[in-house]
Amino acid sequence: MSATAADPHHPSHIGPASTGSGRDGQASKRIIAGYGFWIFLLSDIVMFSAFFAAYAVLAGATAGGPTGRQLFDLKNVGWETACLLVSSFTCGVASIGAMLKSFRIFQWAMAATFLLGALFLGLELKEFAGLVAHGAGPQRSAFLSAFFTLVGCHGLHVTLGLLWLLTMMAQVWAKGFREDIQRRILCFNLFWHALDIIWVAVFTVVYLLGAAL
Amino acid sequence: MSDASIAADQPVDLPPGDEGADEGRVRDALISYLIGLVLATVLSAASFLLPVTGLVYAPALPVALVVMAIAQMGVHLVFFLHITTGPDNTNNVLALAFGVLIVFLILAGSLWIMANLNYNMASMTQIMQMQR
Repeated sequence: MSATAADPHHPSHIGPASTGSGRDGQASKRIIAGYGFWIFLLSDIVMFSAFFAAYAVLAGATAGGPTGRQLFDLKNVGWETACLLVSSFTCGVASIGAMLKSFRIFQWAMAATFLLGALFLGLELKEFAGLVAHGAGPQRSAFLSAFFTLVGCHGLHVTLGLLWLLTMMAQVWAKGFREDIQRRILCFNLFWHALDIIWVAVFTVVYLLGAAL
Repeated sequence: MSDASIAADQPVDLPPGDEGADEGRVRDALISYLIGLVLATVLSAASFLLPVTGLVYAPALPVALVVMAIAQMGVHLVFFLHITTGPDNTNNVLALAFGVLIVFLILAGSLWIMANLNYNMASMTQIMQMQR
């Protein structure tokens, strides 16, 4: 699937032997699309690092309000982590299904990924609602503003990822495993795994360190 | 598969997220995801259990947690995103290295500057006295 042959959008001198190493001309579209999306993901991670920096600076600025130690429910966070980790695995299984061009494996694995992602989002919204109900909303202190911005931004990414996931299921259902659909599946996979990497940083820096210190 | 036309000794570029283009890709990919799942589960569980069990000397706990988080990110990168050190992955690794550099500059720079500012700034009560 990498270095694919006969792409109608490419000039004829770019043959199937193109490796992207500069030897036989331009790389295949799959390599270019994947690499471009990788650059976007890294820029997204750079944006998250700014939110992490803001949180780390403001973590102690509770303005007399509740601290992370009093607020965080690590059991809930543990379940969220489990959901996202297993969904990362099922997302990988879906990419194997796409590799095999198996509708059954792909659609079931994507459905499992969606359910786990939705469960994660539900747990996160439950936590947010509980915090706001206890008067610990984003306007309470600089610490809570930074907390809701950072964790909420990750939640927003998961929400967009779920919409994208449904779009991919519909596109595979309607159009099959075409080359361009396969490229989108590759990019979606990268996006979903990157979300899990950011979550590792979130549960360590925000929840575990917040509860331990 | 059309990949058969590529000589085996020629390094082929890979997009991030793709395994090598050899035979038995499916089995390799599945094994890779399974190894990743097991390692990430172990590291996550350890991160959550460590503060509870008190196995680690308490002042060293933050360092232990950060080390395990970085290890888990490495596991995710290698086994889920398939970013490896192979010759087919040079572009992806270089982009990652640049991203890590920027992230490090933003985090370390912010913390350093803000800690310095905190240290050098007069306290709120002193400022209010000066305004009288």
